[in-house]
Amino acid sequence: MKRIINEMKLRLPADSRNEAVARSCISAFVAEANPTVEELCDLRCALSEAVTNCIVHAYRGREGLCYVYISARLYETREVTLEISDNGCGIEDIERARAPMFTTGDPTERCGMGFLVMDSFTDSLTVKSRPGKGTTVLMRKILAPVQGEK
Amino acid sequence: MDNELVTFSRAGTTLIARICCEIDHHTAARIRTRIDRAIFLERPKAVCLNFKDVRFMDSSGIALILGRVETSSAVGASVHLDGLSPSLYKLVRLSGIERVKNLTVLP
Repeated sequence: MKRIINEMKLRLPADSRNEAVARSCISAFVAEANPTVEELCDLRCALSEAVTNCIVHAYRGREGLCYVYISARLYETREVTLEISDNGCGIEDIERARAPMFTTGDPTERCGMGFLVMDSFTDSLTVKSRPGKGTTVLMRKILAPVQGEK
Repeated sequence: MDNELVTFSRAGTTLIARICCEIDHHTAARIRTRIDRAIFLERPKAVCLNFKDVRFMDSSGIALILGRVETSSAVGASVHLDGLSPSLYKLVRLSGIERVKNLTVLP
């Protein structure tokens, strides 16, 4: 069993101001693992894409309070996992949604790169979705060992 | 408060737009409006987007750049990207927008 060092659960209203809130939280969460500048930027960017997808796509046209759920874990092995889920519309065709430059959003706002960024900036990306129920994105990133430590 | 997102200056026929905030889906819409308004008012020959003060950008920034290339082309101007940090450049390279016509990434 990989030992968990720390974990965090966040529930944020699906409001675009919370994209920055989510990024700040993950920065604080991984700080103790001393990630490199690049690793931290990668994590922040990947999380920002996932949260933005929930806000822009999952709850489009939905009335009332909608939430984005973020769950983060830091393991002793320096692995960071991020799980971002919503109870929104779900994705009919995940393969098509993951294809670069595909977007159902406004092209002046989104350029269809969200999943490409999540995929490129982390070590693994899993997308699970049930149309009408919601979507869960799971990302893993293994941080490089800290210099001078075993 | 919106005035703080972008500051504008001129160098000859070049309009310099210095973006001074994190670029995500939340801020991009307001940055876009401000830059487009300046482009149509000033009618420059070139638009320089300066990212020196941008500490974070996600793919909303790529859509922002592509849209400004379009607006600039409409007034006959080209677009230059300046001051990209290594992490911002990583995203620009991944997107492949360096191949876009009328767009130059300055070293």
